Amino acid sequence: MRDKISSSPVLSVVSKILFAPIIIFGLYVQFHGDYGPGGGFQAGVIVAAAFILYSMIFGLSKGETLVPIMINRYLMCVGVLLYAGVGIVSILLDGMYLDYNVLSSDPSTGQHIGIILVELGVGMTVATVMIALYHSFASFGEINE
Amino acid sequence: MNFLLINFFLISLLLVTTFFIFKTTSLISVVALTGAFTLLCSAIYVNLDAVDVAFTEAAVGSGISTILMVMAAAKLPEGKKNKLINLFPSIILAVSISLILIIIIANLPLLGDPNAPIHLHVVPEYLKESKDFFHIPNVVTNILASYRGFDTLGETIVIFTAGLGVIALLTSNTLNRKTNFKKNNKKNER
Repeated sequence: MRDKISSSPVLSVVSKILFAPIIIFGLYVQFHGDYGPGGGFQAGVIVAAAFILYSMIFGLSKGETLVPIMINRYLMCVGVLLYAGVGIVSILLDGMYLDYNVLSSDPSTGQHIGIILVELGVGMTVATVMIALYHSFASFGEINE
Repeated sequence: MNFLLINFFLISLLLVTTFFIFKTTSLISVVALTGAFTLLCSAIYVNLDAVDVAFTEAAVGSGISTILMVMAAAKLPEGKKNKLINLFPSIILAVSISLILIIIIANLPLLGDPNAPIHLHVVPEYLKESKDFFHIPNVVTNILASYRGFDTLGETIVIFTAGLGVIALLTSNTLNRKTNFKKNNKKNER
């Protein structure tokens, strides 16, 4: 299962072509969430889909070299900490927890900064958790040899 | 009228899909049909103008969870076909639950009714003030990240914890794989 690399050239070529556009679409959904449908959750899933496609087609080992397991796990924590950290920063700036108004001199700009940072944290956590889920499922039941 | 026709079409497709989910015995086709089911659900959400929900449903419901279900189905032992068990208890359960749901639906406010309780509490306030204050056109983002920031923090932590749980359950040995390998090799050498 681990190193079963797809023999079909169509799959590998198409997934190589699609990899970058999927990630760019994910980033678009992430940062355009203020203006249209989208946001951290959806963007995280879309970015994760690109990496999952890669490890599905080229094998888990190659996927692991692309996103090492430990870095993935650290990023999982960084996402949640980024979200919670925005709250802590707003406490330090004499506001309430997750009160973005104080993040900038202009409350509206502060809200912008806060929302973008928070959505980034959500996106990071969701993407890395999805990749971690896929890796756990795909590598489950492997014989340790 | 168009709205109704599209909704009718989508819901009848949903019913057909449900029927086939019920009827198929092959696990992989059930997974595929469930993906189709959630995709139809997201089409219904688009028809109801709930684009954000539809987006999430399409990405999470029919995208990632289908992949995960396929992975899980691939891990199951082959050759075991899902035999139809005694259907009588499940039919009774299904019928009674749908009766309860139908009774509840009769008491729900009409679709898009501006006087429905949910539209009278804080929603008018949000809709009115959020655009002038945030300068962000998507009210859903404002509510999700700012008004309901605590909820979203909770959701993120839930996802994080779920990921941790799956990692702890399924990949307990992945990190130690290499060290175990070395240990075993040493043992073999001895």
